[in-house]
Amino acid sequence: MTELTELGVAAIRDGVAKGDFTAAEVAEAFNANVAAAQDALNAFIVATPDKAIAAAKATDAKRAAGEALGKMGGVPIGMKDLFATVGVQTTAASHILEGFVPQYESTVSQKLWDAGAGMLGKLNLDQFAMGSSNETSYFGNVISPWRRNDGGNAPLAPGGSSGGSSAAVSARLCPAATGTDTGGSIRQPAAFTGITGIKPTYGRCSRWGIVAFASSLDQAGPMARDTRDCAIMLEAMAGFDPKDATSLDMPVPAWEAGLSADLAGKTVGIPREYRMDGMDADVAKSWDDGIAWLKDAGARVIDIALPHTRYALPAYYIIAPAEASSNLARYDGVRYGLRDLPDGAGLQDMYAATRAAGFGAEVKRRILIGTYVLSAGFYDAYYTQAQKVRTLISRDFTAAFEQCDVILAPTAPSAAFALGDNIDDPLSMYLNDVFAVPASLAGLPAMSVPAGLNREGLPLGLQIIGRPFDEQGVLNAGLAIEQRAGFAAKPEKWW
Amino acid sequence: MTESTYRIQGATGEWEVVIGLEVHAQVVSKSKLFSGAATAFGAEPNAQVSLVDAAMPGMLPVPNKECIRQAVRTGMAINARINKWSRFDRKNYFYADLPQGYQISQLYHPLVGEGAIEIAVDEKNPEATKTIGIERIHVEQDAGKLMHDQHPTMSYVDLNRSGVALMEIVSRPDMRSPAEAGAYLRKLRAILRYVGSCDGNMEEGSMRADVNVSVRKSGAEFGTRTETKNVNSVRFVMATIEHEANRQVDLIESGGKVVQETRLFDPGTGTTRSMRSKEDAHDYRYFPDPDLLPLELDDAFLEDCRNSLPELPDAKRHRYENELGLSPYNAQVLTAEVETARWFERLLGEAAKAQGKPPADVAKQAANWLISELFGALNKLGIALENSPVTPEKGAELLALIGDGTISGSIAKQVLEKMLETGDGAAAIVEREGLKQESDTGAIEAVVAKVLADNADKVAQFKAGKEALFGFFVGQTMKAMQGKANPQVVNELLRKALG
Repeated sequence: MTELTELGVAAIRDGVAKGDFTAAEVAEAFNANVAAAQDALNAFIVATPDKAIAAAKATDAKRAAGEALGKMGGVPIGMKDLFATVGVQTTAASHILEGFVPQYESTVSQKLWDAGAGMLGKLNLDQFAMGSSNETSYFGNVISPWRRNDGGNAPLAPGGSSGGSSAAVSARLCPAATGTDTGGSIRQPAAFTGITGIKPTYGRCSRWGIVAFASSLDQAGPMARDTRDCAIMLEAMAGFDPKDATSLDMPVPAWEAGLSADLAGKTVGIPREYRMDGMDADVAKSWDDGIAWLKDAGARVIDIALPHTRYALPAYYIIAPAEASSNLARYDGVRYGLRDLPDGAGLQDMYAATRAAGFGAEVKRRILIGTYVLSAGFYDAYYTQAQKVRTLISRDFTAAFEQCDVILAPTAPSAAFALGDNIDDPLSMYLNDVFAVPASLAGLPAMSVPAGLNREGLPLGLQIIGRPFDEQGVLNAGLAIEQRAGFAAKPEKWW
Repeated sequence: MTESTYRIQGATGEWEVVIGLEVHAQVVSKSKLFSGAATAFGAEPNAQVSLVDAAMPGMLPVPNKECIRQAVRTGMAINARINKWSRFDRKNYFYADLPQGYQISQLYHPLVGEGAIEIAVDEKNPEATKTIGIERIHVEQDAGKLMHDQHPTMSYVDLNRSGVALMEIVSRPDMRSPAEAGAYLRKLRAILRYVGSCDGNMEEGSMRADVNVSVRKSGAEFGTRTETKNVNSVRFVMATIEHEANRQVDLIESGGKVVQETRLFDPGTGTTRSMRSKEDAHDYRYFPDPDLLPLELDDAFLEDCRNSLPELPDAKRHRYENELGLSPYNAQVLTAEVETARWFERLLGEAAKAQGKPPADVAKQAANWLISELFGALNKLGIALENSPVTPEKGAELLALIGDGTISGSIAKQVLEKMLETGDGAAAIVEREGLKQESDTGAIEAVVAKVLADNADKVAQFKAGKEALFGFFVGQTMKAMQGKANPQVVNELLRKALG
């Protein structure tokens, strides 16, 4: 029998159901991996081994009683620490929420527990999901399990903001993890670590109980070893929630059952604007590989235009900080979380001291940008203009999807960079999201699948963007690539 | 249309006052605008606070349809344009009573557009009206409340009110005197109470006004205005205007300039003082709330809102005049408050039933009795109409006894007093106290004869032309019969006897 921690969601679910092993055995195996890797990788902010065991035992008891097991029955997962979990500290990786223990469970995490999943722990992330390298976490950065093949052993970024999730899945600390994606925070870390992640259509997953970054963009999704595992987990996470006014009131399709790598009759669009000057040669090659694989799967491949692509990143870096500056106003030291009350301080002093001590530099930077672009006299020049760009980006996609069914592009402009490489240069850090952000602005489903390794031995991801609500089309194209890429690489265990 | 003659007499001549009101009216609904928490007044601090109201991480607002419905109905009641597409915006500022760090409001696309209210400045002359324009009504969240008296150095926060729905009703600067502003507020409150969208209770803070005042020489451009915040009674609003207008005139005439600023009214001194100037004004950084989709109303919803509207005060007043034949004054008094109108209509229905007549035939009797008898009696006892021990049914019973001649109007006053005292029915009191009116001609004739015989000197004077003595004979006859004689019969028989 293979080692249990080598198994993914489908294999664990099926193995538990068949009785090949118990859910408790699975949970114990992953708990051990979590504990063993914590010092080296720092993927978790809090480990919850007892929760994983308790959920597993509940699944085993159900099986013993002959009851049906859920979609995620017996599968332990990691929970990005942006999801509120009842009784378990929820921090968004920020000092300002250190010690905050919610009395409520986010809709998405509750759905996962209801489907039989168990929690291995709360995963590290960029503070308030703002970052592409996990270096903005108050609890120290996650270190990618991957290393370059140059023998230098430079610690690499696991991507961000869902960097704890990507590191943990690729290092076999959990078979799958939740992520959230505002401007690439599922797809870029998935690409950096050789795993699969999908951001569904905006509104598919309830945002209720997820610490908000930018409300009009935030969307939860699964991060797992392969496409099938993502389909299974997304089914468990998605669904209408009356507590979220932007939630989609649509049935959840049976994505796993609908998986098919046969793309006959499908058209794949290749956006010429994504092919940029000075593009990384390995990234360009993997894109060409992807085109070939999709043709091989029966798809027709055409060039398409997304003319406003180059305005997407600037628009995103106006809209997301604007919303964040308002969403983060609630962290004021009055009701919960950190309170810094200097001697003799008044209310304004308390706000200033609390927020100065509680927020990290990147969070402050975005609050300042957001406050600026919304302020009187600048609103129209920045925010209104950015919203117009957003509309144009959406129209680009609408027009493109009249010609094609899915769009193929690289997930990120490069493979994982070394920690510290971009930390003093926010603009080059922001450029990491250049391919991811357009789909976010348009609210489209988009996933990253591993395509291969670059010359440094690091994973590269390919991104598939689909029509609104067509997660199936995205997953199927992802499956076609996955089957042809034959990506089996995994980080060599050094921790 | 009446023109206000209200002017401030300054050293340089007369000044006209220009007034606009922004009224915050708490929406009547079981739960808050964006959460399921209860809204009842007077609960223990922080007993009605949901996770959303406390702005816990990851909490999201979901619009409460009932609050939207109430605001739409209110808009319809002032004949306003209802915007089928509106949107919520965030108004960002930090304060300890504002958990989210922003108030969800509507700046760019309010739910209700232009409307108008007709006011009557002179209660005695309800026909002399003036139209006050309403610019918009938007829906927004209320804030919580700070309590500064619970701890020597700390302030406490009560979030019960946090998230309760408010309608902000913004008038045009169409008012020109404290009296007009008072009439506008009373009329607006009446309409809100008729519609049932706000209880109009200014003492409990469910209705409060921001008062915008400026002064100008007649016909000149509008002057710079000040805004006095959160004034919570009609009287205080009028006092604010009075004080603020005089202050501005004095300031301008002594060479100063009015600055655009926010002011506070001090009920103790009846004066206003500066709170913050335009320079310190917040930059609220309004932007569309990304947690909420635009509000789109369909025709069925609007139709349902329209159908649910009751008869409104102006329509009711006209009906009372035209169909019931009431005087404009009585119609005005009876329709000014929805409780009075409801009470009157129940009385009217019962009275018509008891006397077997169409309502129009008993309306005047009922209106006169309610206004001149019951109001007065209740007033003396300090009891509100809603709590009157004499119910409309019991009032109708009394009116029927007057109507069929069983008792006279003056006896009815006594009966009403007894009813208020004991809570007993009119017929039972009349029976028990033997107050039944004597209409028997024979019995009255005998008394009349005796009165005339006993007062032969007065009869002689009467016959000599001192006709005013007729009243004396009526009085003596009624007195002899303990007031129970039918006054009409007494009159007739006296006339006959005195030839």
